[in-house]
Amino acid sequence: MSLSLYQQEMLEHAEHPRNFGTLDHPDLQGRRTNPTCGDEVTMAVKFTDEKVSDVAFAGSGCSVSQAWASMLTEWVKGKTREELNALSEEQHLTLLDVPLTPSRRPCALLSLQALQEALRA
Amino acid sequence: MNVEAVRKDFPILGRMVHGHPLVYLDSTATSQKPKQVLETVDDFYRNHHANVHRGLYVLSEEATAAYEDSRETVRAFINAPSVQEIIFTRNATESLNLVAMTWGRENIGAGDVILLSEFEHHSNIVPWQRLAKEKGATIEWVAVTDEGILDQASFDAGLAKKPKLVSFTHMSNVLGTVNPVAEVTTKAHAAGAVVVVDGAQSAPHFPVDVQAIGCDFFVFSGHKMLAPTGTGVLYGKKALLEAMPPFMGGGDMILEVTKDGATWNDLPYKFEAGTPNFAGFVGLAAAIDYLSALGMENIWAHEQELTAYGVAQLSAVAGLTLYGPRDTNIRGAVFPFSMSKVHPHDIAAILDEQGIAVRAGHHCAQVLHTKLGVPATSRASAYVYTTKEDIDALINGLREVRKIFPA
Repeated sequence: MSLSLYQQEMLEHAEHPRNFGTLDHPDLQGRRTNPTCGDEVTMAVKFTDEKVSDVAFAGSGCSVSQAWASMLTEWVKGKTREELNALSEEQHLTLLDVPLTPSRRPCALLSLQALQEALRA
Repeated sequence: MNVEAVRKDFPILGRMVHGHPLVYLDSTATSQKPKQVLETVDDFYRNHHANVHRGLYVLSEEATAAYEDSRETVRAFINAPSVQEIIFTRNATESLNLVAMTWGRENIGAGDVILLSEFEHHSNIVPWQRLAKEKGATIEWVAVTDEGILDQASFDAGLAKKPKLVSFTHMSNVLGTVNPVAEVTTKAHAAGAVVVVDGAQSAPHFPVDVQAIGCDFFVFSGHKMLAPTGTGVLYGKKALLEAMPPFMGGGDMILEVTKDGATWNDLPYKFEAGTPNFAGFVGLAAAIDYLSALGMENIWAHEQELTAYGVAQLSAVAGLTLYGPRDTNIRGAVFPFSMSKVHPHDIAAILDEQGIAVRAGHHCAQVLHTKLGVPATSRASAYVYTTKEDIDALINGLREVRKIFPA
């Protein structure tokens, strides 16, 4: 049986997500839900000297949505607002080297959409 | 019922998925199609296709006859008094929207009450919410008990508010609960309400007699009962349908059009604007013929056996919570469940890797999931072609889920 999706790295992030929680006074905060399953992710970001100095995500959902949110929080650290704005869906989907079927892409994209929501706010 | 013979009629059941034979357990979302339906639709397009109710030539006459024959087949299937009471739509959702936007707009006013149950699919919630907002009406909710059945005390309390409309599902698409719609209708009528029954999950699975139920409107979808997609049905009592304004405007629904206005065609055409999905409805008639040959009583007996088996097998899985009533007399073969430490999406994805198709999510019933206290569930469901082996495959598949997400 191929268990390509459920690789160790993803399961590890899903079980022990990095930067899980909330920030007291975030500079940016955004929330997105997936209407098909009720999953939700809130991303919060703080800047120091125009670079991300602190980041947190909160929410609940499947292993894909949680693992990608966890990876995204790692990625955003030290980035400028412009760099956050420039993060594309395709780039985001490569944060973990795990093949996604079309039906799971929205799970992985939830955290990116929450970040984009934050950037728009 | 010879399920092995039935399975041979469904070409898709021979498919492999990720190297495994397909185990299709999502018939509540949509059913698969037997070759008898596929061949009927194919033959229609190859040999009889022309627009209905228009042409004065052989093909159009054949197409019209086939389309109107399917209306008679549908009428007989639910024992409606007249073919004029059978309106063809896209699906049950459109049928409900039709009632909300025509009967509803004419009859629901400020301060009126619409009574729904917590079982309802979004298609039997959102059209009424939109109507209520437009008219200043209110929606009251009848509770579902912890056991997963309609709360009679809550229903009585709802009726005491003198609802203008009561709209309930015949069978829950999440819990499989079969509601006592005939009793509901009698009580609701006594309280002065018009009654809509959402039969999307009942018409495919057991005999339905709209006159015995007594409801004013009954809706269902062909695609959940072996027919092509885009084949919805609205049954309505003639007196109500006649008093209702048309739904959409266009060809076929008019008698005469002038620069100043138009007059409406007779029932049922008043509600069927534009070229209908007649090839699809020819397929619906073939599907009903197929189901009737099996016998709706036999189909229900087969499913009750699967319900009992599925409830027993799933209840024995450690760390699994199965929702819905345990009494198989009032439950169809729908199995919604959750497992500790695993999200429903992950359950469905790991099962998919083994060729097993189940649904994960809120199944268009967020109000009910809020009641259950979970954002989403996994759901397996059965139909005429489902076997105990399919349920065994599911149970085995759940062992793989546990290997990846230990309890």
